[in-house]
Amino acid sequence: MRRMSGFNIVSLTFGLAFLYLPMVVLVIYSFNASKLVTVWAGFSTQWYGELIRNEAFLDAALVTLKVGLISSTIATVLGTMAAWILVRSGRFLGRTLFSGMIYAPLVMPEVITGLSLLLLFIGIDLDRGVLTIVLAHTTFSMCYVSVVVSSRLASFDTSLEEAALDLGCTPWQSFRLVTLPIIAPAVISGWLLAFTLSLDDLVIASFAAGPSSTTLPMKIFSAVRLGVSPEINALSTIMIGIVATGVILFSLMSKRATIRQQQEERDAARSEA
Amino acid sequence: MRRLILILVPYLWLLALFLVPFLIVVKISLSDVALARPPYFPQLDLSGGWAAIRDFVAELDFENFAFLASDDLYWKAYLSSLRIALISTLLTLLIGFPVAYGMASARPEWRPTLMMLVILPFWTSFLIRVYSWMGILSQNGLLNTFLLWTGVISEPLTIMNTEIAVYIGIVYTYLPFMILPIYATLEKLDGSLLEAAEDLGCSRTSAFWLVTVPLSKPGIIAGCFLVFIPAIGEFVIPSLLGGSDTLMIGKVLWEEFFNNRDWPVASAVAVVLLAILIIPIVLFQRNEQKNREAGQ
Amino acid sequence: MPQTVFAPWEDPDEKPLIRFQNVTKKFGDFTAIQSIDLDIYTREFFALLGPSGCGKTTLMRMLAGFETPTTGKILLGGEDIAATPPNKRPVNMMFQSYALFPHLSVWENVAFGLKREGREKDEIATRVADMMRLTRLDKFARRKPHQLSGGQRQRVALARSLAKAPKLLLLDEPLGALDKKLREETQFELMDIQEKTGTTFVIVTHDQEEAMTVASRVAVMDEGQLVQVATPDRIYEYPNSVYVADFIGDVNIIEGAASQSGDKVLVTWAEGASPLVATSTAMLTKDQHCYLAIRPEKITITAEEPETTNKVHGEIIDIGYLGNISTYHVKLPTGHMVKAQSTNTRRLSRRNFTWEDKVWLSWSDTAAVLLER
Repeated sequence: MRRMSGFNIVSLTFGLAFLYLPMVVLVIYSFNASKLVTVWAGFSTQWYGELIRNEAFLDAALVTLKVGLISSTIATVLGTMAAWILVRSGRFLGRTLFSGMIYAPLVMPEVITGLSLLLLFIGIDLDRGVLTIVLAHTTFSMCYVSVVVSSRLASFDTSLEEAALDLGCTPWQSFRLVTLPIIAPAVISGWLLAFTLSLDDLVIASFAAGPSSTTLPMKIFSAVRLGVSPEINALSTIMIGIVATGVILFSLMSKRATIRQQQEERDAARSEA
Repeated sequence: MRRLILILVPYLWLLALFLVPFLIVVKISLSDVALARPPYFPQLDLSGGWAAIRDFVAELDFENFAFLASDDLYWKAYLSSLRIALISTLLTLLIGFPVAYGMASARPEWRPTLMMLVILPFWTSFLIRVYSWMGILSQNGLLNTFLLWTGVISEPLTIMNTEIAVYIGIVYTYLPFMILPIYATLEKLDGSLLEAAEDLGCSRTSAFWLVTVPLSKPGIIAGCFLVFIPAIGEFVIPSLLGGSDTLMIGKVLWEEFFNNRDWPVASAVAVVLLAILIIPIVLFQRNEQKNREAGQ
Repeated sequence: MPQTVFAPWEDPDEKPLIRFQNVTKKFGDFTAIQSIDLDIYTREFFALLGPSGCGKTTLMRMLAGFETPTTGKILLGGEDIAATPPNKRPVNMMFQSYALFPHLSVWENVAFGLKREGREKDEIATRVADMMRLTRLDKFARRKPHQLSGGQRQRVALARSLAKAPKLLLLDEPLGALDKKLREETQFELMDIQEKTGTTFVIVTHDQEEAMTVASRVAVMDEGQLVQVATPDRIYEYPNSVYVADFIGDVNIIEGAASQSGDKVLVTWAEGASPLVATSTAMLTKDQHCYLAIRPEKITITAEEPETTNKVHGEIIDIGYLGNISTYHVKLPTGHMVKAQSTNTRRLSRRNFTWEDKVWLSWSDTAAVLLER
């Protein structure tokens, strides 16, 4: 592409401002002493204090974390298996149905997924609670994991696996010692994606959860339905902070790793002969 | 043998937790509402053998679908969902394309950072991003306060709880889905093509319309589907930012299920919604397939 | 029979290490290998040569165990190996892409196969050290593959595949990724290592010069079949078909009709031209359709009419100057284009011939090879 024009700078600035301004406002107002949105009554951290003392939020946060950790871990295992099947297994009976079931949940409206799972849980008489939310989250996030992992597997040089077999590995050893370490970054991002999706989900969890189990998004939703609340602002700020730190650290690290690798490759090429 | 187990585990999982539940939805959409637990009729009793199954099938009917067709609430909800999704997709394209174009024309060393800035909101909670607009758009919110202060308006605008708020919400939350695929195609665009177009007598503007836009079409199409499809079934945005007169089918389904406890009608709403979505989903898959083949 | 040179294929008592018995391999409707019989002997450096898609890689992958023959048998040391999976075969492979494990260091790559055998730590360390010394990699043990140059990676791949001391080492286009100069150096290194370790090497290549340089015998393949299996010099001097003659080196092919005349063969090739003389061991029918293959370097180019029986007169159309030699493209009155090469013993400015010169081309009675197909 070509050099930056004034128009490009304006559209970039406007676009990024549009993406970030609402969140910046949210963060600023979480430190507002007043309960009202429009009135700035000075800097205060009182809402954070109240948030920590609010046990309902803490309980919901714990449920959410528990569901997120369990479901994303199972989803990563299942999703990696599914990706392997999609990329490597060749033809088998019902392959089209299988890949359809992997891709459909990605575009399925959440209300439909939620409704259908709830009807299933009732149909088989399964008590709704943490277990049912985990089952529901695992199902849709394994599809995301398998998409992430299968795109990595598709570009994987199969001669690496053949080399491992050739050097005496069983197929399982070749997966564990060669394939898995190499696709690990994709598997980890799949896990992170599954975890974030689970932490974020409101609709499916609302259908799958029983009266005794409430997740954080459900809690937030019922609180903000009534209007803006400074406590939610504080909670949002914490969540935005964690995600921002994580994503920025991760991209800085991967950027440094890429630069180092490129440097080393240049050095190696220079040392030829 | 190992291979069979490897295939069976995720396969059975998806069958049991994705396909079977959906068949249940279809089944219940053909049932009648009842004051019972669970609140629908007939119940399938497999222990009754073939006769029970025959009786069960005989009880199923399309009454709920007829009801959906006769009550104009549902009609309007489907149509207004489609309309809102379409308009907000166009708005997202209008805002997203210049941003993607700006990113692609930025210096290469800036691109990863810009990319990260666009992806970052995607990782933050969807609910929170929708919520963040509530404080801005409300009657005495930041936007009105600011506009009143500058003197642009003398009366506060009513944006919150209207369709405009829903548009803003959808555009805002789905913007990264539009920017990223367009950016991906623009970034691959060979700069010498534009130079060739200008060399052959195009002006900057006509080169943009004759070369850049047609070549970024796959990205534009992908971005539009990625916004349009989920926007149709959207629930959170209309229920937080929309008003009571903002009809969207996701919200209708939710209320039918949780407030009216009419499971058969809610299921019928879901079945029809899916039938509507199948067309864009198939088109989207075909577009992706085509891009993948062109990429190879 | 006392042997002064290495030629086990000529000894009827010698047992082959590998024996292909009527092996056919099909992928769906496509026949990649068509009923091949082939023996490869211990300590041989055997080259499978052919254009891409000729089946050479499939043949190699069947030895490694990544493909199984559709019909026929492959024997290794007399035993059928069809049912043995790749990880149980005493065969190792050096991959075209090298397939170095990017997440492991050079040392760990070389030790990978040894660790799978569950050997003692000390034993592994000694063996890896030996391999690194053999391939001159001692200094790079801790590096990762991406920190190595192309030539170094190639040596790691070789060390890794040799570490388990396989009975048979397969090399799939091992030098394809190297530039020309490095490739030539490495060819000699490969031969040296093969000799030192005494391992049987089977190399797959599409580069005829490479096959000729390194191999004890070359198998030329085309469309899933073996066209000729012989030592490099025989392949070059006595190709058995136009295909082989044309594939290996440069050649002039002249079509004609052959007739026996004593121990010589006369080939009528153009109206009004005197027949060309060649030798052949094959029994020919009268006026049999045949091809004469003459290597350009065997053709002498002179201004005066020579005294030999094989001579043609023509005009120089083009000269290809390669530094050490020049190739002259000479057009005959019959329309044939004949290439002749001569060594540039003098400087270019003092060259004897130039464009549009009329010259005589001549060759001895034994220079041309008579081919039936």
